[in-house]
Amino acid sequence: MAQGEKQQHPSGDNRFKLLDRAITKHQARGDALIEVLHVAQGIFGYLENDLLIYVAHALKLPPSRVYGVATFYHFFNLKPNGEHTFVLCMGTACYVKGAEHIQTALEEHHQCKFGQTTKDNKVSFITARCVGSCGLAPVAVLDDVVVGKLSPDESLKRVEQLKNTPREVLV
Amino acid sequence: MTLEDLQELSEKEQQRQSEKKHRILYCSAAGCVSCGSNKVSDALRTKIKEHALEKECEVIGTGCLGLCGEGPLVKVQSDNTLYQNVDVRTAEQIIELHILNNKKVEQYVSDTTKPFFASQTKIVLENCGMINSESIDEYIAVRGYEALAKAINDMQPAEVIEEIRKSGLRGRGGAGYSTGLKWGIVSKAQGEQKYIVCNADEGDPGAFMDRSVLEGDPHRVLEGMAIAGHAIGASQGYIYCRAEYPLAIERLKLAIKQAEKMGLLGNRILESQFNFRIDIRIGAGAFVCGEETALLQSIEGKRGNPKPRPPYPSEKGLWGMPTLINNVETFANIAPIIRNGSEWFSNIGTEKSKGTKVFALAGNIRNTGLIEVPMGIPLRTIIFDIGGGTTEGTEFKAAQTGGPSGGCIPKEHLDLPVDYESLAKVGSIMGSGGMIVMDSTSKMVEVAKFFMQFCMDESCGKCIPCRVGTRHIYGLLDKISKKKATQDDMVLLEELCMMVKETSLCGLGQSAPNPVLSTLRFFRNEYEELLQPVETFIASDIAVADFEK
Repeated sequence: MAQGEKQQHPSGDNRFKLLDRAITKHQARGDALIEVLHVAQGIFGYLENDLLIYVAHALKLPPSRVYGVATFYHFFNLKPNGEHTFVLCMGTACYVKGAEHIQTALEEHHQCKFGQTTKDNKVSFITARCVGSCGLAPVAVLDDVVVGKLSPDESLKRVEQLKNTPREVLV
Repeated sequence: MTLEDLQELSEKEQQRQSEKKHRILYCSAAGCVSCGSNKVSDALRTKIKEHALEKECEVIGTGCLGLCGEGPLVKVQSDNTLYQNVDVRTAEQIIELHILNNKKVEQYVSDTTKPFFASQTKIVLENCGMINSESIDEYIAVRGYEALAKAINDMQPAEVIEEIRKSGLRGRGGAGYSTGLKWGIVSKAQGEQKYIVCNADEGDPGAFMDRSVLEGDPHRVLEGMAIAGHAIGASQGYIYCRAEYPLAIERLKLAIKQAEKMGLLGNRILESQFNFRIDIRIGAGAFVCGEETALLQSIEGKRGNPKPRPPYPSEKGLWGMPTLINNVETFANIAPIIRNGSEWFSNIGTEKSKGTKVFALAGNIRNTGLIEVPMGIPLRTIIFDIGGGTTEGTEFKAAQTGGPSGGCIPKEHLDLPVDYESLAKVGSIMGSGGMIVMDSTSKMVEVAKFFMQFCMDESCGKCIPCRVGTRHIYGLLDKISKKKATQDDMVLLEELCMMVKETSLCGLGQSAPNPVLSTLRFFRNEYEELLQPVETFIASDIAVADFEK
């Protein structure tokens, strides 16, 4: 299977060039699979099946192995997220400080469970296992910004703000 | 780069620092960054420019200053004043009042004589919050890489291993295996290539010690790894860091680049015959990858499924080669031991647990943050003196150590010395160093359920006792917490816990029942209060555990 930088991806999508560069950097070695998937997710936002198959071909790995790895690790998304993300820390410190109440409040108000995206595709609610800012518990990460010492009311307010701000386009 | 060059560089940097009248340090670790320390540093810099103080003042981003709950923190190094809860306005005042007029901004000054600061002994964190975490020069100025030079130039590999063994250092990742013995085994193992792996997959929820070390003093870890490489004869090292720590990864990458440029890593280190490269591998959010065999699988780009031991990684590890795996904090202890000698180190701590331990204090405690204490210090001192006790109006109930693999330590055992053996005696473990304080508002059945849910989600699914067992334990705990369980469920719960503990493949499964067993041991009454009276017991209820979430 010919691969590399010379041949353009049939879809004409230039993002594949970036991905190819990362694959070449790792000399298309199978043991760099996790690194390559990190790059792929960084470029495409999530890992759809076609992308996984592409990576499998490029690294000369069976698709089952690539799919297995992508589904094993929590960090990889196989589905796209909403416009914004609200990542609630569910580490022990946050739990002890009442993260669960925040979760219930948000789930009730938005009629959307954690692990899902609101119907209007605005916000994805995600739980995380400790973001390591335990001094500020309870903590949430709103579009890559860490917000500490939250309360249920405060987090409802923050989510409303989040909904009303257009997401900056990542370059 | 030779030893002389290193010393010259160190003197030059010390000279440069002494020329500055004021060094203003701000905490640039993730905790303070998330409450706005970047805005504070910008404000400090703008004011300095405004008053044309650039020549005599410098503003430096350092590693964790310790008191994470009161961030952002700023320290004026010349007179050792620590400011807490600093905002932009206060930052401006610090320059205008403190620096220009020598008047402290009193209401933001943190009392550094209080036990939180005074009761600590710092080895691993000695540079954290003292030096610029992104500057190799500043690390060299505090005797950085001196230990590496000493090990390469003056010591045979066997001597290095002997020195570490004599120091009594034990693995800081949790299990507490003697570091010197482990090094000895890997050095004797046969293999054409050997590897060093630094486990920075700090997955315990509520623990942030390793992250603080990596963010605050990354060179210390690199130096420790390079010394290990010299001792066991490895030329390649990997740092396996979790993806949730982007700042730590960024600082590590920078540190590696700086060290390579100076000839302190890479080929012919310090103009000797010793070559050592370090690469970073980024995890992808699987708790089980903290287990050493799973971690190695993940470095090889596979699913993080643990393997049965033996063979231990010290004989057959990465790509089947002898591999030394140590935790971040363990590597951070190496350089000071080589520099100051094993005797100095072994004078700190208890008979069997030497040195210090870094803890991340969090939960319902007044002073949350990062602390380093000598081994054997009573738990009471940590929680009530250093931690300042529980938050207002509540009573201390238990301290949880070791995360989902550990246990709860109740009030009765507050005078317990904190070392590996004593913690094991009360059914907990040292773990990597997370310490969560719970007060009377925490319900222990819910806490046990919380940890069990964690283990259930994080079980890799390879072995049945863990995959199915944790699920059933969770179901039983859920049933108990919903007041649907009977005494028989309690019996089943205990049997199941013992079964999972004894038959699981790896550390995750073997220790998953610990939070349940330890809360059962000390807070059994809380479980029993929730049980149904015996009459209402229905036979079919025990067979099917309730899986509703």
